Amino acid sequence: MFDWFGKVSYCPHTKVAGFARHLKDGRIMGSRCEACGEVAFPPRADCPACRHDAFAFVEMSGAGTVVTYTRIDAAPAGFEDVTPFTVGVIDLEETGRLLAWFGETIDEGDIRIGMPVQVVPRIFEDTEQIKVHYTLEQPGTGWVKTDSS
Amino acid sequence: MTRVGVVGIGHTVFGRRSDATVQELAFEAYREALADGDVDPSVIDASVIGSVPEYHKQRSLAGVIQEYLDLNPRPTWLTEVACASGSAAIRTAWLSIRAGVHDVVAVIGCQKMTELTTAEILALMGRVGDVQWESVFGTTFPGYYAMFAQRHKHEFGTTNDQLSLVAVKNHYYGARNDKALFRKEITVEKAQASDPVASPLNVYDCCANADGAVCLILAAEDRARDLSDRPVWLDGLGCATASMSVLRRPDLTGLPSAADAAQQAYDMAGVAAADIDVAGVHDCFTIAEIMAYEDLGFCAKGEGGAFIQDKASYIGGSSPVNVDGGLKAKGHPIGATGVSQAYEIVRQLRGDCGERQVPDADVGLTHNVGGIGQYCFVNLFRRD
Repeated sequence: MFDWFGKVSYCPHTKVAGFARHLKDGRIMGSRCEACGEVAFPPRADCPACRHDAFAFVEMSGAGTVVTYTRIDAAPAGFEDVTPFTVGVIDLEETGRLLAWFGETIDEGDIRIGMPVQVVPRIFEDTEQIKVHYTLEQPGTGWVKTDSS
Repeated sequence: MTRVGVVGIGHTVFGRRSDATVQELAFEAYREALADGDVDPSVIDASVIGSVPEYHKQRSLAGVIQEYLDLNPRPTWLTEVACASGSAAIRTAWLSIRAGVHDVVAVIGCQKMTELTTAEILALMGRVGDVQWESVFGTTFPGYYAMFAQRHKHEFGTTNDQLSLVAVKNHYYGARNDKALFRKEITVEKAQASDPVASPLNVYDCCANADGAVCLILAAEDRARDLSDRPVWLDGLGCATASMSVLRRPDLTGLPSAADAAQQAYDMAGVAAADIDVAGVHDCFTIAEIMAYEDLGFCAKGEGGAFIQDKASYIGGSSPVNVDGGLKAKGHPIGATGVSQAYEIVRQLRGDCGERQVPDADVGLTHNVGGIGQYCFVNLFRRD
């Protein structure tokens, strides 16, 4: 299922594969260790703090601030049709960091380090297979949540 | 414990080498290193190959090189830590000599990159980040360093002009290095007019993929004095790591692995940053050289931009850096680069660099980064 995540997937098998289904449902999930309660994003199956192997997904707000960004003009193989694109690294409000494309609610010229953004779940529309990702948008940008599980 | 000395060095021309296989490139460097040191192949106990396997059609490269060098049945092995693979080869050769297992070891850094297209290389290199959470968004190698550059500009006021000045310096020296891929000087204006790659970096902020090989022959102290009348000593080594994922780096204005590795090397050799007469640093991108000035302690944190603007990293400045042209002008055959840096420092300490010679260079350093600082090796060389 994790091959749903991203335009090009290099990593179909992972213990946190359920992340992709939650993202399809409009939910951005981190992990919470069932032993010590440590929350991580990106989610991880094995607790970095106490090394326990049981975790639960925990929904993140998706609110964050821009740490850095770049507009990529020279594309890697598999991304030629979406180039140029701008990626940003953001600090999430709760914990952890996330890397994603800037979406259409933010003009490239308005991007600033330190600006607040909202991470919004997205589904690629033009593919037959399920493909999901997320974009960085203006705070207040809404989206639909579903519940397929 | 024995010191380890460099007794022979060889270096191919870097560039598009459509005329040769990777083992043929390795042989060019090996032949030159034997002749340089007047070393007979019979004294070589083992070889260590620094290279990144994914770029080659030939699998298990160490074996094919060992055969082509006619060194069977002596031992060989490959070291791989992305763009620092060459320095990892030097480190393991040094370790095997210090352990008393081998007396004389040939180190060969080599890479033939131009069998792949630029887009294939960008995809391959982008995957040096975390493929699970980052590469799915089309991150590239220049893209990662670009994000360091944005952050450095934001925190310290570093300018695009200062980035370009690094390229201007390295092309200035590359124009005077007959092993370099690019042997033409450039201007800030020309650098800034080049095509965008990943903002704020453009083509002239990026080193070029290349083919090439470099060989060093290392020997235990007593053998080194027999084999060479002017050995250069590898007296300090540092090696450190940092997270694979950019998402787990609190500071995006420097490479913590570089600062850690430098401190280890300084401590082992008993020197300080101010004692370094000449350095080869890993300028895969212009911002990487600016961060290296700071991580190595050549200037204070945040002052790397002013450091190049003041020409402090030119010959005659406080810390001459990449006076062979660096990765930027020499080209970057990734497995060969760390060994190429060592080759230049050995020549500088021997006083063989002609118009690029740093006067009275006694102590030199190489700073070789794998990926975006997931690995960093700092090696410190000294002459008698």
